[in-house]
Amino acid sequence: MALLKTVAFALLMGVSALAQSPTYRVGRTPTAEEIRAWDISIGPTGEELPPGRGTVREGAQLYRTKGCAGCHGATAIDGKAPILKSKAGPDVELWARGRILPLRAPFATTVWDYINRAMPLNREGTLTADEVYAITAYLLFINDVIREDEVLDAKTLPNVKMPIGGDYASLPDWKPRTPRLKGYPH
Amino acid sequence: MGVKRPARREFLKSGAALAGGFTLGGVAPASGQTPAGQTHADQPHASPSMIHEAKDQIAYGERSAHVTSVRIAHGGRPSPDNWGLTFHVAAPLQDSVGIITPSSLHYMGTTRGAFLPDVDPKEHRLMIHGLVDRPLTLTMEDLKRLPSVTRIHFIECAGNRSSRRAKTVQETHGMTSCAEWTGVLLSTLLKECGLKTGASWFVAEGSEEVKGASSMPIAKAMEDCFVAYGMNGEAVRPQNGFPLRLMVPGFEGIFHTKWLRRIKVVDRYYMNYNDFGHLDRDPKVAALDYQIGPKSVVTFPSAGQQLPARGFYEVSGLAWSGGGAIKKVEVSTDGGKRWNLAEIKGIAHRMAHTRFSYMWNWDGQESEIQSRCTDELGQVQPSRAEIAKYWNKPFDATFSVPGLDNSIQPWRIAGDGSVTNGFA
Repeated sequence: MALLKTVAFALLMGVSALAQSPTYRVGRTPTAEEIRAWDISIGPTGEELPPGRGTVREGAQLYRTKGCAGCHGATAIDGKAPILKSKAGPDVELWARGRILPLRAPFATTVWDYINRAMPLNREGTLTADEVYAITAYLLFINDVIREDEVLDAKTLPNVKMPIGGDYASLPDWKPRTPRLKGYPH
Repeated sequence: MGVKRPARREFLKSGAALAGGFTLGGVAPASGQTPAGQTHADQPHASPSMIHEAKDQIAYGERSAHVTSVRIAHGGRPSPDNWGLTFHVAAPLQDSVGIITPSSLHYMGTTRGAFLPDVDPKEHRLMIHGLVDRPLTLTMEDLKRLPSVTRIHFIECAGNRSSRRAKTVQETHGMTSCAEWTGVLLSTLLKECGLKTGASWFVAEGSEEVKGASSMPIAKAMEDCFVAYGMNGEAVRPQNGFPLRLMVPGFEGIFHTKWLRRIKVVDRYYMNYNDFGHLDRDPKVAALDYQIGPKSVVTFPSAGQQLPARGFYEVSGLAWSGGGAIKKVEVSTDGGKRWNLAEIKGIAHRMAHTRFSYMWNWDGQESEIQSRCTDELGQVQPSRAEIAKYWNKPFDATFSVPGLDNSIQPWRIAGDGSVTNGFA
């Protein structure tokens, strides 16, 4: 019995070890440096944020000099590109104030990530980390999310309290071969 | 078009019309080239004119100059727009036959409007990292060494919803298409990397200038996602993600990350810009916002088309579902009072357009034609009235379907044979 158990255990270990080792060995292992250079995903914890810092005042200036105002408008609501500030005041409930990134995003890291990866149009990826922190700070300030004297960096940015709080639905667990919503609509 | 016209085509057309018992006048094209009272059917031995092929047409063929079906910018935003960005472009479903959308007519959408990247496949890399034991960088050459799958799948944009203003099925439903895709299962790649404990989501990212990225469940990655380099028998087209795109069968279009360059395995929903765009307040709406529901539409006859006369027609359409294969399609010609079983043409592939047909004799009276489908999970395509009832909302002009819109599309056929949008 003890022998059988040992054999079963060994088999199990063997199978699991097999499942964990690569089968085809095609491709190569990227270096840690390559991964750092490619990885522009900034998750909610902000663990990937680079060093740097930015203020609201710097952001206000960059908003003009880096071309943000050209597409989004000097007041952030008067351009051809999507508005960056709610036209409705804080008396209107958040979900009715429009899908505005620096206002409705659940995490300030999403604002930083998007400016860093996707702005300015045609010159994506050219902003320095300091500049991204500063523009993020400015956009959060004009939406009354942070105060004018706040400084954003890798430590403070993930801790910014966004107005939405937890007032949004998380995606339900996806399972294969399962209806998307039971009983809908029959 | 040249002065000489291909007589054979006219002959065939007229012949088909005669066989169908219709009057010639209703079908023959209005053109000044044929002498009055004389058609090419009267000259059955006339030879068609020749297509003089240029060298580039020998190398890569073109469709007939007489076939003019084209894509259109979707939803009122021009593509390319003021900045030269391509946003959303809809496929001409009204002209479609079978289930495969030609690559040149496949709908396209981009994250925010994007410039098409010109990616050199020799330089392209796919990096997989994050919560894996062995991060991996693969060239296109590497990927083509690995075991592949070839599958037929639809892709549909979340913005594919009918409105009262839409004049054709291209405007109501053109943001869906179906192609044969070839590539490597994501599960193959992730097993090669080895998933770490806590790996529950992954982020896929494109290499275009906006670097569009979305979070998706690992369960989906291990079920049926694949990275595709082949489309309809050749390389994926630039508009569809050349040289590599992610396929997420049955999920809405934006998840099918084009120009795929990076997959990061993570332990939480990563709240990328695209994820932010998906946020809903109500968990029930959220549940209806990523896997496409059972959906179908009649493509012939559809709004903007004209029935030349009463009599026999093969009603034809497409059905698809993110839940799996289409099991049943029904057609109603009386506004949804009575439903008749339609024939499913060929194989109903999972998460793929499925062609259906229904043999119909039009009596020349006003009719309203609709289709509805049922998928392998038993999900049934609802009418808008049923959806409104589910949400306890009045079904009027202001009603908008929450989540992805998979509602039944009515087409109204007037006594003169003109077909219009039943929501108008």
